[in-house]
Amino acid sequence: MTFPILSVIVFTPFVAGMLILLMPGERKTEIRMTALAAAAFALLLSIWVYFSYDVAAAGYQFQEQYSWLPALGIGYHVGVDGLSTPLVLLTGVVMFTGVLISWNIDDRPREFFAFLFILATGVFGVFVALDLFQLFFFYEIAVFPMYLLISIWGWVKTREYAAMKLTLYLFIGSVVALVGGLAMYWAAGAQSFDMLVLEQAGFSEAFQRTWFLPVFIGFAVLGGIFPFHNWSPDGHVAAPTAVSMFHAGVLMKLGAFAALRVGIMLLPEGAKHWAWLIMLLALVNVVYGAFIAMVQTDFKYVIGFSSVSHMGLVMMGFATLTKQGLTGSGVQMFSHGVMTALFFAAVGMVYNQAHTREIPKLGGFAKVMPFTAIGFIIGGLVSMGMPGFSGFVAEFPIFMGVWQVKPWIAILAAISIIITASYIMLVVRRVFFGDMPEEFVGHTHDVTVLDKVALTLLSVLMIGIGIFPALMVPMVQSGVENVLRLLGGA
Amino acid sequence: MTVTYTSSMIMAILPEILLLALGLLVLAVDLALKEEKRRSLGWLTAGGLLAIMAASLMFARPGDPEMVFGGMVRYDWLGFFFKMLFLFAAAITALFMMDHKNLGHRGEAYLLLLASTLGMSLMASAADLVMLYIAIETTSIPLYILAGFMTGDDHSTESGFKYLLFGALTSTVMLYGFSLLYGFTGTTGIYELGAMFSAGQVSLGLAVGLIFLIIVGLGFKVSIVPFHFWAPDVYEGAPTPVAGFLSTASKAAGFAVLMRLFLIAFPDVAASWSLLLAVLSTLTMTLGNLVAMVQKNIKRLLAYSSIAHAGYAMIGLAAVSQLGVASVVFYLAAYILTNLAAFGVVVAVGRETGSDEITAYSGLSRRAPGLALAMMVAFLSLAGMPPFGGFVAKVFVFTAAVKADMVWLAIVGVLNSIIGVYYYLTVLKYVYLYRMENEDEDQHPIPLSRPYTIALVVLSIGILLIGTIFAPWFGFSGAAAVNLF
Repeated sequence: MTFPILSVIVFTPFVAGMLILLMPGERKTEIRMTALAAAAFALLLSIWVYFSYDVAAAGYQFQEQYSWLPALGIGYHVGVDGLSTPLVLLTGVVMFTGVLISWNIDDRPREFFAFLFILATGVFGVFVALDLFQLFFFYEIAVFPMYLLISIWGWVKTREYAAMKLTLYLFIGSVVALVGGLAMYWAAGAQSFDMLVLEQAGFSEAFQRTWFLPVFIGFAVLGGIFPFHNWSPDGHVAAPTAVSMFHAGVLMKLGAFAALRVGIMLLPEGAKHWAWLIMLLALVNVVYGAFIAMVQTDFKYVIGFSSVSHMGLVMMGFATLTKQGLTGSGVQMFSHGVMTALFFAAVGMVYNQAHTREIPKLGGFAKVMPFTAIGFIIGGLVSMGMPGFSGFVAEFPIFMGVWQVKPWIAILAAISIIITASYIMLVVRRVFFGDMPEEFVGHTHDVTVLDKVALTLLSVLMIGIGIFPALMVPMVQSGVENVLRLLGGA
Repeated sequence: MTVTYTSSMIMAILPEILLLALGLLVLAVDLALKEEKRRSLGWLTAGGLLAIMAASLMFARPGDPEMVFGGMVRYDWLGFFFKMLFLFAAAITALFMMDHKNLGHRGEAYLLLLASTLGMSLMASAADLVMLYIAIETTSIPLYILAGFMTGDDHSTESGFKYLLFGALTSTVMLYGFSLLYGFTGTTGIYELGAMFSAGQVSLGLAVGLIFLIIVGLGFKVSIVPFHFWAPDVYEGAPTPVAGFLSTASKAAGFAVLMRLFLIAFPDVAASWSLLLAVLSTLTMTLGNLVAMVQKNIKRLLAYSSIAHAGYAMIGLAAVSQLGVASVVFYLAAYILTNLAAFGVVVAVGRETGSDEITAYSGLSRRAPGLALAMMVAFLSLAGMPPFGGFVAKVFVFTAAVKADMVWLAIVGVLNSIIGVYYYLTVLKYVYLYRMENEDEDQHPIPLSRPYTIALVVLSIGILLIGTIFAPWFGFSGAAAVNLF
C-alpha cells in the first residue's frame, strides 16, 4: 500500500486542531508552535504532491478509495488532477502564511487555531474529493468555523452581521446544490456517489438543464457570483487577517472549484445550455466589482470588491467552456488566491499599526514597513495582469477564450483591467507613499520577521509562476483536457 | 387455552423484565440509604441500564421477526433497536438527574424514569392495539409526574398538569380511533388489520378516516404541528433532565409506533397518509423553526427546535420506503444523542446560573471551555453541520425524499435547516462571543461534576462517531427498516 498522502494532508490540520483544543488555554506559545508545525507539515506535503504529480500521465493521481457507506454507495475517494493540485498547494501556502500572520492573536488563540485548522481540513477535503457525498461533507465543514472565526476575532463593528450573513448565504447555496446532488444520485441509478461514476451516467438533457443552475449557482455563491456576491466583501472586511486570507484566498476557490467539478463536469449539457447566463453574470462581477472597488474609501473593502471582480474572471473562464478559458481560470484560481492572501496580509499589517483603514487618513507606510509595501505592489501588479507576474499568465488566456466565444464581452470585461490598475495605483500611492500623517509618526514600526517570511513566500510564488508559467500551465491544461473530454463527449 | 412458553418469549421482553427488576432494586436501595447518600441511586440506575443494554445485546438479539404472547408483542430488530436507544437515553438522563437539586436525592424520580422507559420499550414492540395503548399510558403517566415533580415550583406544577391534560385528551381521541378500528374489523392485532385491509374486507376510506383520529394521539407524543402546543410550556417548566428525556426518548417512542402502525396496518392507503404526513411535516418544520428564532429562553428554543426535528424525521416516513424508514431510525438515533447533549449542557449551566435565559450563556466559553465545546458540538449537530450526526441524518432523510419524487419536500427541508442554522448560531454567539455583564468570567467558573462530565463526553464522542463512521449505524437502521416491508 502506498503512503496515503492526500488523506494525511486532509487530516493533519484536523488532528492538530484537536490536539490544540486539548492543550491548556494559557500555554499560548506552545499552541502557536504546534499550529506552525502542523501548517508547515501540511505545506511540505502539498509541495511534494505538487512536484510529484505526473503531468504527462495526467488524470486523477494519488487516489485512495475506501467504502464509507456501501448501502448507499457512499465512498471515501480522494485524488487530485491538474486542476486541484495547484489548489491543494494554494491551501497549504495560505494556511502556513495565515498561521505566521496570526502569531500575535492573544484572545483565546487555542480556539482560534483549532477552528482555523478545522476549516483547513474542510478545504483540503473538498479539493481532493472524488465522491460527491464526501465533497458536500467537507464543504459544510469548511463553512461553519468561518462563523465563529469572524464573529469572535473579527472587526467589532460589523462582525456579527457579516458572519451571520456569510454563513447563511453559503449554507443556502450549499444545501440547494445538495438537493441537486441527490437528484443526480437517483437519476444516475448507479447506487454510487462516486463522481467518476456519475460522470459516465449520461443524464438526460432535460435533467441536466433543470439541475445545472441550482448546482452551479449553489456552489458559485461561495465563489462570489453576482448577484450573490454580497456576503463576500462584508465577510472579508469583518474577518481577522488570517481568516480574510483564507477566505478570499482559498474559500472562494472552493466555491468555484466545486461549481466546476460538480456543475460543469457532471452536467456538461446543462453547462452548454446555460453558459451564456454564467458568462453574463460573470461579466457583471468583473466590471461592477471593479467599479465598486474604485469608490471604496476603506482599504479592506477595496480588496474585498477586487476579489469579487477577479473571481468573476474565473467564472467567465469557466463559461467559455474552451481550453484557453478553462486553463486561464485554473491558473487564476491559484494566482488570485496567493495575491488576495498577500493583499489581506498587507492590509492587516497596516491596520494593526494605524488602527484605521480609511484610505484618506493613511499615508507614507512604505517608509516604516518597506517589506509590506513591496509585497503589496507586487500583488497589485499581479492584480493588473502585468506580464511577468502570475496574473498575466492567468488573465490572458481567459480573455483569449472569451474572445473566441463572444468578442464584445471580452472588450467589456477588459475595461476592468483599466479600472483595477487605477484603484490599485491609487491605494498604493495614498497608503504607502506620500507623507505620513502626524499621528502615526513614531507610533509605527516595521513588521515582524514572521510577517516578512509570509510576504516573501507569497510574492515569490506570484513572480515564479509569472516568469516560469511552465511550472503550472501544463498541469492545469492536463486537468482541462479532462473537462473538455466530458464536454465534448456528452 | 394453554399457553406454551418458549424461550423467545422471555428474550422478547428481556429488557422489560430487567427494567422492572432494576426498578424494584432502586426502590429497595432507596429505603436503605440515608437521604444524603441517595444521589448514588443515579449511578445505580445508569449502571443498571447499561448492564441491561449489555445483557440484551448479548442474549436477546432478535432473529427472524416473531410474534409472541399471542400476538401482543413483535420480537424484531425495529423494536430492539429502539429499546437500546431508550435504555441509553434513560441512562444518560439518570446521570443528568443526579445533581439536580430536586431530583437527585429522590429515589422515586429514578423509579419513574425506569417505569417510563419500560413503557417505551413495550411501545416499540407492541403489535396489538390494546398492548400499544397500555404501553403508551405506561410511558406517559410517569412522565406526567416527573414533569410536575418540583411541587414547590409553580412552573413545574403547571407543566405537569398541562402535559397531563393534553396527554389525556389526545390519547382519548386515539383510543376512540382504536375502538372504531376494532368495531369495524373485529381485531386489535396490527398485523391482522393490515391483512384485512389488503384483502379488501374493510373499506379503505374508513382507514383514511381513522388515521386522522390515531394521528392525534401519536402526533402529541412526537409533537408535530398542530399537536405541539404543550411542548414549549412543558419543557420550560419541567425539570431540565426530564425535559431532555421527553424531547428525545419519548418522541422516538412515538415514531416507533407511528412507523409500525402506519406501515403495517395501513400500507394500502400509503399514498393518502404519505401526503398527509408530508403536509404535517412541512408545517411542523416551518412553524417550529420560525418560532424558535424569537425565543429568549433556551428550553423553549430547544422545545421548538425539537418540534422542527420531528418534522425532519417525518420526511423519511412520508417517503414510504425502506430507505425512508431507515433514515428515520438513523435520524432519531442521531437526534437522541444530540438533543440529550444540548439539554445536558442546559442542566449544567442552569444549575450554576439558576437561569435558562439565553443571555445567561454569555461568556460561557470563558467560564467553562469544555462545556462550551460540548454545546457547540450539540448545536452544530442540531443545525446539521458535518462532521456531526445531524448532517448525515438530514442528508439521509432528504435522499429518501428525493428518491420518492418528493423533491419539493426536500427543498422545504433544506430551506428550514437554514433557519435552523440561524438560531443555533445565535445561541453560540452568546456562548463564544458575548461576555458577562460587569463581571469577570474568570471569577465565575462553572464546575462540572463527574456525572455531567461522563455523560457529555460520551454524547459528544457519540455525535462525532455517528456523523463520521456511519456505516454500522445505518446498517442497524436498515435492519430495523426491513422488518416493516
